[in-house]
Amino acid sequence: MKTIFEKSVPGRRAVWFEPAREAAPADAVPEGRRRRTPPRLPELAEVDILRHYVAMSQRNYSIASGPYPLGSCTMKYNPVVNEAVAALPGFASLHPRQPAATVQGALRLMVELEAALCEITGMDAFTLQPAAGAQGELTGMLIVRAYHRARGEGGQRTQVLVPDSAHGTNPATAAMAGFEVVAVPSDRRGNVDVAALRARASERTAGLMLTNPNTLGVFDDGIEEIAAIVHEAGGLVYYDGANLNPILGVARPGDMGFDLVHLNLHKTFSTPHGGGGPGAGPVGVKDFLRPYLPGPRPVRLAAREGQEEYGLEPPSESSIGRVRSFYGNFLVLVRAYAYILAQGGEGLRRVAEDAVLAANYLAHELGPDYPLAYDRRPMHEFVVSTAALKRETGVRALDLAKGMCDEGVHPPTVYFPLTVEEAMMVEPTETEAVENLDRLAAAFRRVAEIARTDPERLRTAPHRTPAARLDEARATRHPDLRYRPGLSLPERDPQAAPAGAAAPPA
Amino acid sequence: MSYLAHTADDRRRMLERLDVADVSDLFADVPESVRLGRPLRLPPGLSEAALVRRMASLAEANRGTDRLVCFLGGGATDRFIPALVREVVGRAEFLTAYTPYQAEISQGTLQAIWEFQSMMAELTGMDVAQASMYDGASAVAEAALLAASATGRSRVVALRSVDPQSRAVLRTYAAGRGLEVVEVGDRGDGRADLDALAAAVDDATCAVIVADPNFFGVIEAAPEVAEVAHRHGALCVAQVDPVALAVLTPPGEWGADVAVGEGQPLGIPLAYGGPYLGFFAVREALVRRLPGRLAGATYDARGERGFALTFQTREQHIRRERATSNICTNQALLALAASVYLASLGPQGLREAAERSLALAHAAARRIAALPGYRLANEAPFFDEFAVRAPVPAERVQATLLRHGLLGGSDLGEDYPERRGELLFAVTEARTEEEVDRLVAALEEAGA
Amino acid sequence: MHPTDRRYTKEHEWIRPEGEEAVVGITDYAQNQLGDVVFVELPAVGRELRRGEAFGVVESVKSVADLYAPVGGTVVAVNEALASAPEAVNRSPYEEGWMIRIRPSAPGELEELMDGAAYERHVQAEAGA
Repeated sequence: MKTIFEKSVPGRRAVWFEPAREAAPADAVPEGRRRRTPPRLPELAEVDILRHYVAMSQRNYSIASGPYPLGSCTMKYNPVVNEAVAALPGFASLHPRQPAATVQGALRLMVELEAALCEITGMDAFTLQPAAGAQGELTGMLIVRAYHRARGEGGQRTQVLVPDSAHGTNPATAAMAGFEVVAVPSDRRGNVDVAALRARASERTAGLMLTNPNTLGVFDDGIEEIAAIVHEAGGLVYYDGANLNPILGVARPGDMGFDLVHLNLHKTFSTPHGGGGPGAGPVGVKDFLRPYLPGPRPVRLAAREGQEEYGLEPPSESSIGRVRSFYGNFLVLVRAYAYILAQGGEGLRRVAEDAVLAANYLAHELGPDYPLAYDRRPMHEFVVSTAALKRETGVRALDLAKGMCDEGVHPPTVYFPLTVEEAMMVEPTETEAVENLDRLAAAFRRVAEIARTDPERLRTAPHRTPAARLDEARATRHPDLRYRPGLSLPERDPQAAPAGAAAPPA
Repeated sequence: MSYLAHTADDRRRMLERLDVADVSDLFADVPESVRLGRPLRLPPGLSEAALVRRMASLAEANRGTDRLVCFLGGGATDRFIPALVREVVGRAEFLTAYTPYQAEISQGTLQAIWEFQSMMAELTGMDVAQASMYDGASAVAEAALLAASATGRSRVVALRSVDPQSRAVLRTYAAGRGLEVVEVGDRGDGRADLDALAAAVDDATCAVIVADPNFFGVIEAAPEVAEVAHRHGALCVAQVDPVALAVLTPPGEWGADVAVGEGQPLGIPLAYGGPYLGFFAVREALVRRLPGRLAGATYDARGERGFALTFQTREQHIRRERATSNICTNQALLALAASVYLASLGPQGLREAAERSLALAHAAARRIAALPGYRLANEAPFFDEFAVRAPVPAERVQATLLRHGLLGGSDLGEDYPERRGELLFAVTEARTEEEVDRLVAALEEAGA
Repeated sequence: MHPTDRRYTKEHEWIRPEGEEAVVGITDYAQNQLGDVVFVELPAVGRELRRGEAFGVVESVKSVADLYAPVGGTVVAVNEALASAPEAVNRSPYEEGWMIRIRPSAPGELEELMDGAAYERHVQAEAGA
């Protein structure tokens, strides 16, 4: 479809403003600093702007379209009531510099959310400031660094241990916090290889980053030993909360030996992903790490005249400092708190149970072409390898995924974790009804069948989607990263066969 | 409220298929010793009706800019938001999509990102803008990291007139990478002290960071700052206000190498500080060093133009510890809001918003400065924020304003001890002449 | 199967002597493993390389690989054409897709590398693993 710039007609207008009754003095903007060339922003009538974006929305798959079993992403239903409460003017219209007396409800909400997150994770305090999971990780690693420095061991503890199955943000974060990354291999059951961990843990170890259940979807039952090894070496144990969903109300990182955690409110606590953001990545710590938290933090002050009073507590002297402006992604926090209130303690445990049940059921229904990479009972997600199918048919996991798009469902995560050949990582979540799980299973089985009967169709898939397979190599070799009149790519490739003709095989 | 789909019968049938007696058997790998063994101590779940009542009561315990007239600025701006923005951003197809990894079924999100990149490149006058950052503050910090890696140097010079929260985030990030941050003050009138700057920048400096307008609202000597940076081979990083760019020469014209800023003024609610939107634009030569997502146009197998994420090898999921940043999300939904905002206003509407802000702010400043005991803190040109010295303590002014239903006058002394008692006001196009009258009258009362 | 006029490394670089100098690139097997090459980062001319030192990077859409010097020496030229046409590495890994030309500092190092037949065994072993 056309871009909004290609629909622009000079002079068309939508929103306008009355001029001020009194114009600004002529010299308000210094000579030489007044913009002479206006930005080439699009000019459209309002109805055409609306239609442009509606047409674009129709070219998007979303949770509102159907199941979205992306492993490690926890694409659960985003309750619409949360959108309604987040839009309340009493939340959405608050300026972050308002006096505390005018934002008591907002402060109270954050204090209550913090308490709920502490209870859920077994931690003692949280900062709600980090804007996303990756920023939460950075916050956590900077806390680890500050802790060792305060003990006079900053110069010595330069290494962070990261399992080879970890999400890419873990090593990237450790590097950003100034650490050297030391990879720890997995054992044959998909757990951290304890002997290898022991060999790598030393007086240079600052900490270990781990998610449990891990990225292979299995619960590492050696967790207590793992935590003990790192602690004995003098390091801290960091919990990446990407996979908290299946242990809600069942087990808590704080009881497994973790010293600090980050959570992904946009995963576990149902806030929408928005096509890639905003999220929120609060970081929780045990008491001994509390001084290092970023600030200011919302707190309950002493009750005054029987009324609860809330305020903002400045960070302590040892704080790592700010990671984001103001207090974090407040409206994301509102949605997450609404979710927790709606579920209640019992409800959260139900979430974990149904998430694990759904993943086990789906894994079972996929059939022999999708063997588990580790033959163990999965938790909320599972990893299969389609290496055998590839050897037989030449069809790659990527092609199977593209084929699933044609089946009308979203494919799983592919090629992650990196340690599994032709990996597919599947996380159905607890909000998909059994018919939807059956529909997903049928789509998996169907593309495996096509791999045998008509592999070419998968290699050139998808065929029924808003766009056919995109030439990603071209996008990088010949970058076209913004609209430039006369220079950007035309809507149709002048070198391609005329529209309507059979597409040539890729 | 339960968002679970299974009936008791569904669960029973699924367990039967798995040949498992009870759902607890699925948790066999969780050692008994780490189990919680008790219910979570959280209140019982609420019905939707009860949930809405509960959340509404928390919301009603606040008094926001829907009930108070906002003259606060300092990193968050109360601008008018067209209805179209909410309409588009609320569409579930955008709201509930994931990061567009499967490009063929994510063309809506990808095209929206590409159009956002285009608009931000236009607005800033830079060659390329990426898909967005968490907020303006982390964008400043990431710009410093980019400059360090591009120049192989490790000293960052930031003007003290750059937003204090951005400088705080910069210090946090810089500590991780081992960068040194040096700050340079102003001449007392809010504009950069160029002599002090020239003395601070050396051949080990990777970046000079300048805000235009700066935190005091002052239009900076930005081109001169860029010149000092370039004299020593450092990059000039500009933190800019996207609406001000309708009337001010953009950083791409005056020599910045990286332009970043807070995108909240572009149609994003104040929301007590977030979620907001960082933007990040660079000169062509720096494209491969960009943090975060980038969308590019390409063709599909049918020869139709489409969009895909590009230059992904910069990113953490491929380069791991050698990535340009650990950032993984962008703020796609807010970038969409900004795009709809900019499309709704167009070049003319944006200019009208900027001119109206400029005019109302100057009228307000002139009248406040004429009140007994009041004066402008800085004798320098400004856009739509300005600092005022009052004849009475800041708290008294703020309290009087609040009594009259007005928000304004944050105390610069919180971040600049030498400016204690200076009050920062923002007057945007969302204000009216009558509201300015009320502000002036309330200030007169406070000063009496 | 692999050109016999050159030597190979375990990391899938080839090196072809030309008088006092030698040309370096990556093998057909390597380009195949990478997929569509979209970017090649090469060193500055004049840089001194130690044997085994990373001298550049080759990127495909979704992977990155370091390039290692097969022998020590001085970089005397780089293939500038790859900046605008990195696809040459896929199309013609042994000729058009060459990467750097170096003047080896210890020519004896070249003899320690694999010949075509040994490299073929190495590739077989790696693919079977």
